[in-house]
Amino acid sequence: MNIHEYQARELFAKYAVATQPGGVAFTAEDAEAVAAKLGGRIVVKAQIHAGGRGKGTFKNGFKGGVHLCDTPAEAKDIAARMLGQVLVTHQTGPDGKEVAKVFVGEAVDITRELYFAILLDRATSAPIVIASTEGGVDIESVAEHTPEKILRLGVNPALGLMPYQTRQIATMLGLSGKLMNQAGKLFTNLYKLFIESDCSMVEINPLVVTGKGELLALDAKFGFDDNALYRQPEILAMRDKTEEDPREVAASEFSLNYIGLDGNIACLVNGAGLAMATMDIIQYAGGSPANFLDVGGGASKEQVFAAFQIILGDKNVKGILVNIFGGIMDCNIIATGIVEAAREIGLKIPLVVRLEGNNVEAGKKTLAESGLALITGENILDAAQKIVAEVKKAA
Amino acid sequence: MSILVTPATKILVQGITGSFGARHAQLSLDYGTKVVAGVTPGKGGQLFSHVVPIFDTVDQAVKETGATVSVIFVPPPFAADAILEGVDAGLDLVVAITEGIPVNDMVKVKQAMQGSKTRLIGPNCPGLVTPGTGQDSHGGCRIGIAPGYIHKKGNVGVVSRSGTLTYEAVWQLTTRGYGQSTCVGIGGDPVNGTSHLDVLKMFNDDPETEAIIMIGEIGGTAEEEAAAWAKEYCRKPIAAFIAGATAPPGRRMGHAGAIVSGGKGTAAAKIEAMRDAGIAVSPTPAEMAETLLQHWKG
Repeated sequence: MNIHEYQARELFAKYAVATQPGGVAFTAEDAEAVAAKLGGRIVVKAQIHAGGRGKGTFKNGFKGGVHLCDTPAEAKDIAARMLGQVLVTHQTGPDGKEVAKVFVGEAVDITRELYFAILLDRATSAPIVIASTEGGVDIESVAEHTPEKILRLGVNPALGLMPYQTRQIATMLGLSGKLMNQAGKLFTNLYKLFIESDCSMVEINPLVVTGKGELLALDAKFGFDDNALYRQPEILAMRDKTEEDPREVAASEFSLNYIGLDGNIACLVNGAGLAMATMDIIQYAGGSPANFLDVGGGASKEQVFAAFQIILGDKNVKGILVNIFGGIMDCNIIATGIVEAAREIGLKIPLVVRLEGNNVEAGKKTLAESGLALITGENILDAAQKIVAEVKKAA
Repeated sequence: MSILVTPATKILVQGITGSFGARHAQLSLDYGTKVVAGVTPGKGGQLFSHVVPIFDTVDQAVKETGATVSVIFVPPPFAADAILEGVDAGLDLVVAITEGIPVNDMVKVKQAMQGSKTRLIGPNCPGLVTPGTGQDSHGGCRIGIAPGYIHKKGNVGVVSRSGTLTYEAVWQLTTRGYGQSTCVGIGGDPVNGTSHLDVLKMFNDDPETEAIIMIGEIGGTAEEEAAAWAKEYCRKPIAAFIAGATAPPGRRMGHAGAIVSGGKGTAAAKIEAMRDAGIAVSPTPAEMAETLLQHWKG
């Protein structure tokens, strides 16, 4: 799950992580009021779940999702040109995202830009801190070209981030004197936030030193452990479903695991690994997968029905591949579910079904006798080749 | 021999009275597995399926029945506690089937398990099967949720992060007449108890295992580490398949561990590491057994 920048700042406030003063605005008038309260130079930032906002362009032609303003009136004007408009960045895709709120904050006089992140290190099964003197840029390229400018520091989960470690990080970042004390507090509080909120990642980029000698977390990216959301009601309340793919939201309501992709061959599979492998084999056979869809171990009739509806809601889909290994599930029950769903929905595009496992012969018989124009695949490769051929034929 | 468990291994089931746990405990019993105890706090003294005694604690179950392995079906909020209860009772092996355990809980579990004698497999895994010699491999040791009948007693070891892909590989082997020594599902979570490498080492040392199928997926570097070790030390032919070549970066593909981030954990990198180690890589999931047989039997 992702959150907005302004929500990240709310979390910072709760954990006393120093950041620039500011607030969220849902209307241009709100933006003006927040700006007036702050005084001085102001920054207005469009709030969407995507990076590259500063360099993005609105569909109405207005350039940039981040603007500096000198007066509250100017902040109002800028906010008015952003709100309700669609912002396209390199991360949103060509459809862009509608901006429903802006963050209005004090403009910060930046003297240094640093990088600080906490994430889970799979290799050690423990949190790791990553810090760099090169902030405000893409950390991946820093890691590639100047690895010596990156510090990686493992944290013992039983102890947490120790004070001496915060001093090591501060020293590496060139933060001395009062800044070292500020850094110790900021890093410690951020680690507490990371653990207590069940984050999978907290990335501060940039962490800045201001002209006034303050250390501030200027922009943040959070990742949360979906498995832990059940015990994080405050974080869950920050979920913005309008930022998510509506098909994914619908799928989650039926305990289906769906991710939309750009291709035109939809797939419906039981098991995450097999679902990924099915996407791969569609491409191997010369096609392009339209989605990842794992119906789970059970795959009830209701789930299969919902899955078909979600798949067919994607206008790009020109064919469907169903790939089920019914280990314990009765293949005939699955076959019946597929036939009923296809009939009820009135399927008009090619459907290839590959069934294997428990009671498979009865399942194949149900499919064959359904009267539906569905095609049976003998194995995964055969099924993938058949659906690719059918889609090409129809095109 | 097999690895980790044999048909004689005594199993206890934590969460035996929940619908999921009960269903699979029954299937294991039907398969001929020695399920000797169940644990559900508050239901001690009852019987499961008229034959299996239920205990309130793992400690009691171990003392009364001599179980050495536990399989966990308890819901995510209680799973970390259940795993550590099994560790504390001195079990040899704890297999956590539960899907959806918070990562922070698993970090704590791994920390707490350091220095213990217990091995953890999972979480979010299908478990493991050592096939038996009866019809449809009946009489084997089935721990978890895999379909027992698809197996056949034999000499191929299978290790995988994914359940259904494991079944695919097993079924491809069985239908070609090749059986398995043990099939291990290590699970799809980023923090887990047993890695591909751990299982490869066990297969390498197991006289009954002659060849290995290793199934991986995008995310992390566990497959690369296993390949690097195999290049130096593994004496047995290995075939591999890596799922997720078409998965977009930054998206979690079902399994919490299956995510490509920061250019790390891509299928291409894993496949290259495998090839470099002399492992035969199956181009599609339909050819896992075929790829192994060509590499092994020529």
